[in-house]
Amino acid sequence: MSLQLLTYLVVGATFVLYVAIAVRTRAGSTGEFYVAGGGVHPVANGMATAADWMSAASFISMAGLIAFLGYDGSVYLMGWTGGYVLLALLLAPYLRKFGRFTVPGFIGERYYSGIARVVAVICLIFVSFTYVAGQMRGVGIVFSRFLEVDVTTGLLVGMAVVFVYAVLGGMKGITYTQVAQYCVLIAAYTVPAVFIAFQVTGNPIPQLAFGDTIAGTDTPLLARLDQVVTDLGFRAYTDGSKSTVDVFFITAALMVGTAGLPHVIVRFFTVPKVADARRSAFWALLFIAALYTTAPAVGALARLNLVETMQPGPVGAPEGNLAYEARPEWFRTWEETGLIAYSDRNGDGRIQYYDDSNAAFAERARAWGWRGNELEVDRDILVLANPEIARLPDWVVALVAAGGIAAALSTAAGLLLVISAAISHDLLKATFLPRISERAELLAGRVSAALAVCLAGYLGYDPPGFVAQVVAFAFGLAAASLFPAILMGIFSFRVNREGAVAGMLTGLLFTLGYILWFKGIFVEPMAENVPENWLFGISPEGIGAFGMLLNFAVAFAVSAVTPAPPAAVRELVERIRVPRGAGGAVGH
Amino acid sequence: MTPEEHDANTRAYWRANLRLVGRCLAIWFVASYGFGILLVDVLDRVRIGGFPLGFFFAQQGSIWIFLALIAYYVRAMARIDRDHDLHDD
Repeated sequence: MSLQLLTYLVVGATFVLYVAIAVRTRAGSTGEFYVAGGGVHPVANGMATAADWMSAASFISMAGLIAFLGYDGSVYLMGWTGGYVLLALLLAPYLRKFGRFTVPGFIGERYYSGIARVVAVICLIFVSFTYVAGQMRGVGIVFSRFLEVDVTTGLLVGMAVVFVYAVLGGMKGITYTQVAQYCVLIAAYTVPAVFIAFQVTGNPIPQLAFGDTIAGTDTPLLARLDQVVTDLGFRAYTDGSKSTVDVFFITAALMVGTAGLPHVIVRFFTVPKVADARRSAFWALLFIAALYTTAPAVGALARLNLVETMQPGPVGAPEGNLAYEARPEWFRTWEETGLIAYSDRNGDGRIQYYDDSNAAFAERARAWGWRGNELEVDRDILVLANPEIARLPDWVVALVAAGGIAAALSTAAGLLLVISAAISHDLLKATFLPRISERAELLAGRVSAALAVCLAGYLGYDPPGFVAQVVAFAFGLAAASLFPAILMGIFSFRVNREGAVAGMLTGLLFTLGYILWFKGIFVEPMAENVPENWLFGISPEGIGAFGMLLNFAVAFAVSAVTPAPPAAVRELVERIRVPRGAGGAVGH
Repeated sequence: MTPEEHDANTRAYWRANLRLVGRCLAIWFVASYGFGILLVDVLDRVRIGGFPLGFFFAQQGSIWIFLALIAYYVRAMARIDRDHDLHDD
């Protein structure tokens, strides 16, 4: 059977599974549409949260990023897992006790203000939309490479599948499809990692292979990797190039941003009890850690494989470099997609892959007749190409394609649902049309989910240049706007309407402004994006953590000089602080 | 329980909760920002297995510690809930 046919079968089978689950678990009420009726088991919810959270970026891009960044890639590993500690200890149990459908719903009620609710909706929509466009793009890439259809067709098929289960099934439908998607994506991620770990170190467990020695030698994998990359002028793998302060702030922005992402928070509204929300956070992080501790091992193994493939012999000897004509099969297939490219700068027909921005090394390279780095590898292809690089059987390649699509679809569905809930529940029901019937609200939820699918599909088809950049910044914006407002709403009696609104707006506008200043989305950048120009040496990626501090400072200062919240709000805060008496989530 | 006793109980519950959260977040901070970022160069001089120690915390150890922390928090919190008779199961 050809690889393409096999891939069609595997991906097609997973689609049938997702749609079948969605049809069986169709939502019949707003409670089921928004929070799955509040009856999801904590383990199932943990699995669904893991799939919801791990996007195309986690599955496809992260290991590749780490492979090229080395130690600097740690910001993603710590940032995207440490946020669950904040979520479990500071937010999830209390928001579950509060027992409403949406994040803006909490902010609106705790700060007794329609304006606070609308500001929260704006933050939510901005964060979620930028994110979802990236997912649809991921679906398109996987389709076009593995199913050899064009990106548009791939995107339309992906949209149709999401449409069926998110629009019909609502939260109840996506919860159980996400459970299935988690199983597909973790299998797809782990199987090739186990094979490759075993091939290189003789140890089949990637987490252990990461610290093990190269098979048949006494050299640890990481020591060997540091050696081969520094021989080619690259920075040692286990060293970083970012400043400590920048690593600190980026990690903080990603951690806090994770805890402030509405589509993740809302998953904790679906379990029956407060204690279940805590347990569920544990299960979510366990299922996430299964991928997140494998990813850095995959990154290191992939980088070693790549360097040793291009530089099979001694550095400096002409025959030490791979001849272009002898390039492996996977190189040829990925060349067609343009994601790996060779340019023979010195005309010797061999591939010189090295760091030509390293001035000290460039001199030696020149003496060997090297005229610049000749290989460009897109970071996104490493995970997808891994099974081919390691010459694994075709079914593994097909499984990886299905896994990438599962990761993208599960996250897209979760995001679309919080967008539709924000529109139908927070804007229509709570703000503009309070008399809307439950049936009409459910219909509005479905219509807005459908419109969001179309808009996301359009953004994925024709991404405005800024989408890819902005996805990373969604975290900073969530960290600077939503997280502090929720946290203060639980842990402080004194922060009031004026303080919360001023804090959210300060955090959002400061962070957005700083990013625009250096990245120039929509407009020309105002200043060059280099460390010398940054505030306290914090890059735009990490500025959300600083925005969060500003949010806290402004909220406390403004609250101190304006009237305290009414007594009813004090009672509300007292009520959410104790677990007893959590009923099912309700609208009002 | 009189209303005063009930209030005192709720306040004691909240204080116990904050102490637990404070302890957990201190460990959370040290494991990631401490060992993985601020002290990484010092710890990297020590090797465990094939890992420089700081690099290990940044790419593996911190994640396992986060997981252990949440597990500990879930159990400790369940005990505090029961001690103050405020549990929901």
